[in-house]
Amino acid sequence: MGILDEIAESLERGEDQEVGALVRRALDERHAPLEVLNQGLVAGMDVVGERFRAREIFLPDVLMAARAMYAGLDLLKPLLAREGVPSAARVVLGSVHGDLHDIGKNLVGIMLRGAGFDVIDLGNDVPAARFVDIAVERGASVIGLSALLTTTMPVMKDVVELVRARGLAGRVRVIVGGAPVSEAWAREIGADAHGYDAANAVERVRALVGARR
Amino acid sequence: MRERVTWTPAEAAPSREAVLALQGIPPRGASPRAEGLLDRALAIHLELAEPRAIVGAITRGEFAEVYRGAGRNAPETPLECIVPRADGLALFAATVGAPLTSRIRALFAENEPALAAMLDSVASAAADRLADLLAARALAEMASGDRVRVLAYSPGYCGWHVSGQGALFAALRPEEIGVTLNASFLMEPLKSVSGVLVTAAPEVHRFAPAFPFCADCRDKPCRARMASRAA
Repeated sequence: MGILDEIAESLERGEDQEVGALVRRALDERHAPLEVLNQGLVAGMDVVGERFRAREIFLPDVLMAARAMYAGLDLLKPLLAREGVPSAARVVLGSVHGDLHDIGKNLVGIMLRGAGFDVIDLGNDVPAARFVDIAVERGASVIGLSALLTTTMPVMKDVVELVRARGLAGRVRVIVGGAPVSEAWAREIGADAHGYDAANAVERVRALVGARR
Repeated sequence: MRERVTWTPAEAAPSREAVLALQGIPPRGASPRAEGLLDRALAIHLELAEPRAIVGAITRGEFAEVYRGAGRNAPETPLECIVPRADGLALFAATVGAPLTSRIRALFAENEPALAAMLDSVASAAADRLADLLAARALAEMASGDRVRVLAYSPGYCGWHVSGQGALFAALRPEEIGVTLNASFLMEPLKSVSGVLVTAAPEVHRFAPAFPFCADCRDKPCRARMASRAA
């Protein structure tokens, strides 16, 4: 088995320290950082995603794999940046104003990072304008909004309207999610997508930005 | 009559099955590593949980006022049919305390997402268990306990708009046990539950989950609740 396959398999098992060591070894063996990323880390994470969708593995295993992904990504990021390889896309993420729930939003952030996206997590209780301000300031192409309360869902509409009002529609896409949030709600407020769980959110964001590597 | 109730963390500890179900893991589906995470999360629960509740009996007339709340309930709801036939009603609020929520956040910040998510599920399942413990306690106090069932109904579910938390809190005053409400009607600490305990014959609790709002309810937990023998 080659070192890149070893990285992928180690990542699937969620062995973060082992992944870090293997990525270092692969770089020492003169594998290109992009090759290590795509044929090692991303390949392993793709298998994790497939097994999760097939219900062969579950959330804890996916999160451990994601942490292992970070261990490798942390080593590769500076090298990829030096070579001018862009990240998949930048996503601004947060729970909307009035909502202090953040577990779902955190899981989406972890999965997005694991998929290679650059995630700016604004935390919870985030005012509508802040999502848009930060997206503009940091050049994000996607805003991800989470709400767990029906009372806070209207803030999602405020964000969509702000994106339009500032002439960003089409350049900055909005994806919404959370227990009470539905595809119908996303359509009603004019959001670009709805993610029904963390794994689905990654797929939807990938589709939005056409960023699948 | 209002009453404060406390439990030990062990009494409030949820079953492994309940926690794994919240993680989307079917029975016997957890990997050894997931089981290990669950052990660690349950140990943290035993260390940090501060389970407590406040409960107060309420008449049907008083509850009608609370239930009306800010007038944002669905046009037809199950509780409107259930409450007039209930033998007893009690408002309640219960929490597993703030330290667990703080620990969950800290674990995410420490790049321990799998343990953080597992602890979140432990805390959620523990909060649900507190409502079950209160229901079981109310049932035990009934002379005719074998002929009735006590079930908890909460704002935010089954057509009872979450804004109903405002009237519920005004009537129950759970601030006394450290549970507060923000402007979005969100309870703090986050891992808290509130609602009304309804004591009634089992058939009174039964309804068809075919209300318009049921279409937005993914899991339809009411089915299992209505079918369960417990409480």
